[in-house]
Amino acid sequence: MGTFEVLDAGGLTTVQDLGRYGFQRYGVPVSGAMDAFALRVANLLVGNGEGDAGLEMTLAGPQLLCLANTVVAVTGGDLQPRLDDGAAPMWEAFPVAAGSVLSFRGRRTGARGYLGVAGGLDVPVVLGSRSTYLRSRFGGIEGRALRPGDLLPAGQASGPVDVRRLPHGFLPTYIGSHTVRAVLGPQASAFTKRGVQTLLGSAYTIAAESDRMGYRLEGPAIERCAPADIISDGTPAGAVQVPGSGVPIILLADRGTAGGYTKIAAVISADLPRLAQSGPGDRVFFQAVTVEEAHAALRREAAFFEELRHAPTINGVGSN
Amino acid sequence: MSAPALYAKPRMSPAGDAALLVEIGEGIDETVNRTVHRLVVALGRRSLAGVLDLIPAYRSLLVCYDPLRLPLDALQDTVARLVETLADIELPSPRTVDIPTCYGGECGPDLALVAEHNGLSADEVVAIHAGTPCTVFMMGFSPGFVYLGGMSPRIATPRLKTPRTSIPAGSVGIAGEQTGIYPVQSPGGWQVIGRTPVTLFDPGRTPPTLVEPGDIIRFVVIDAGRYEELSGVGSQR
Repeated sequence: MGTFEVLDAGGLTTVQDLGRYGFQRYGVPVSGAMDAFALRVANLLVGNGEGDAGLEMTLAGPQLLCLANTVVAVTGGDLQPRLDDGAAPMWEAFPVAAGSVLSFRGRRTGARGYLGVAGGLDVPVVLGSRSTYLRSRFGGIEGRALRPGDLLPAGQASGPVDVRRLPHGFLPTYIGSHTVRAVLGPQASAFTKRGVQTLLGSAYTIAAESDRMGYRLEGPAIERCAPADIISDGTPAGAVQVPGSGVPIILLADRGTAGGYTKIAAVISADLPRLAQSGPGDRVFFQAVTVEEAHAALRREAAFFEELRHAPTINGVGSN
Repeated sequence: MSAPALYAKPRMSPAGDAALLVEIGEGIDETVNRTVHRLVVALGRRSLAGVLDLIPAYRSLLVCYDPLRLPLDALQDTVARLVETLADIELPSPRTVDIPTCYGGECGPDLALVAEHNGLSADEVVAIHAGTPCTVFMMGFSPGFVYLGGMSPRIATPRLKTPRTSIPAGSVGIAGEQTGIYPVQSPGGWQVIGRTPVTLFDPGRTPPTLVEPGDIIRFVVIDAGRYEELSGVGSQR
């Protein structure tokens, strides 16, 4: 018994939560929402725990038939959500009645939309998470992207839901911004000063061969003073890896857990959502920051979530 | 190789704002690698709040942490203090895990090439590969993929010039001086000399892998008939 039936799968739509931790030593990637900020907000808006599973919708959204009254929220990139014949709001919880169809007109800004459903998507937990890891085909819905005919089970199919509202005047300004902050290292010393300046002073373009594992970039090669190959070590989120070609790759949610190429920097946690909302053809500019500055950005983000968690709730949205 | 490979003090550097790279020593070296795994044990026992994950590698450990729960300097101090205690940590005796392997034929399309490249017969390549136990230094690249050390250089063979788009799960291969096993079907450029029917990675199991870092792998020769029998037992991905 599901809450939604998939009529059309859209682009790449997968079930994701905030990722799979504790198993990277076995080569199991973290996966999870590329834009964790948007998923967390979607969940809080519909009264869920931040880490509940929702849908990540890439470039083109799905068409979903509602089978049981529920409450949802759409956040992230604007894929132009619609409820039946009308526009649906973004960054706001709204009720969906059985028989209604949720759909998306197409990408307007950003690259990935997120759907939070009251109760969270109730797919099996695999290795501690409901996130989908496509390459090894596990997690989410049978380890794959959504298909027509799939049923999406939610934890709470009907009944009133306590929803939250965003702080007044909130605007998601990170979407459409292309400067990402990064901490240099851990193999920054393998590059010349000029090489580092190239990274920080150039515009890179996200290439077509980009996906949840990482974004290949096009742009000037980075000058090195040590070989590109290193003895394999662990790969952090947002790692900016520079192989022999000198052109960087940014490693993301489905990245391999270890790698044998030099890493010149790593994009900071607070800016990974920004990257998630970019796609092929978009430009990326790197800005170096210290770890302290990166942590300050995380604290500002945490303050926002603290405010949202304690926002007064509107009770009983979506009652019959 | 007389210089000690272990650093007097571990080198620590941030890898982004949510991970700390701890470098234990130089090179691919069993002592350095065992020290990395001792640090994994020590951190596991310490159960420091805010440590999200650990990625042990050949000569380093990446500690993934939540900066909102664990300040970086507190993490660095803890690691520095734990490193002092590692000599007292007993690692479990390495387990030997037998990997039944059907060599050549359909299971090992590159066996003849490896033999020719090294001026050996196919049987000699099999005898050398199966006769040399290898240590699991780390796992990564994909779930359950093991990085093995200790393969005989007598059968070292460069990667394929053109990688295959699809290599069956369980394929046993050689790339340069390394040997390894593809736990799931994937593209790859390794020289495939055999295949194992055992399931190396199962996300429904905890731990999800058949082998762990520190284990010793022994490739055990089986024939096609035995391969078929064993294939029926576990699920093949």
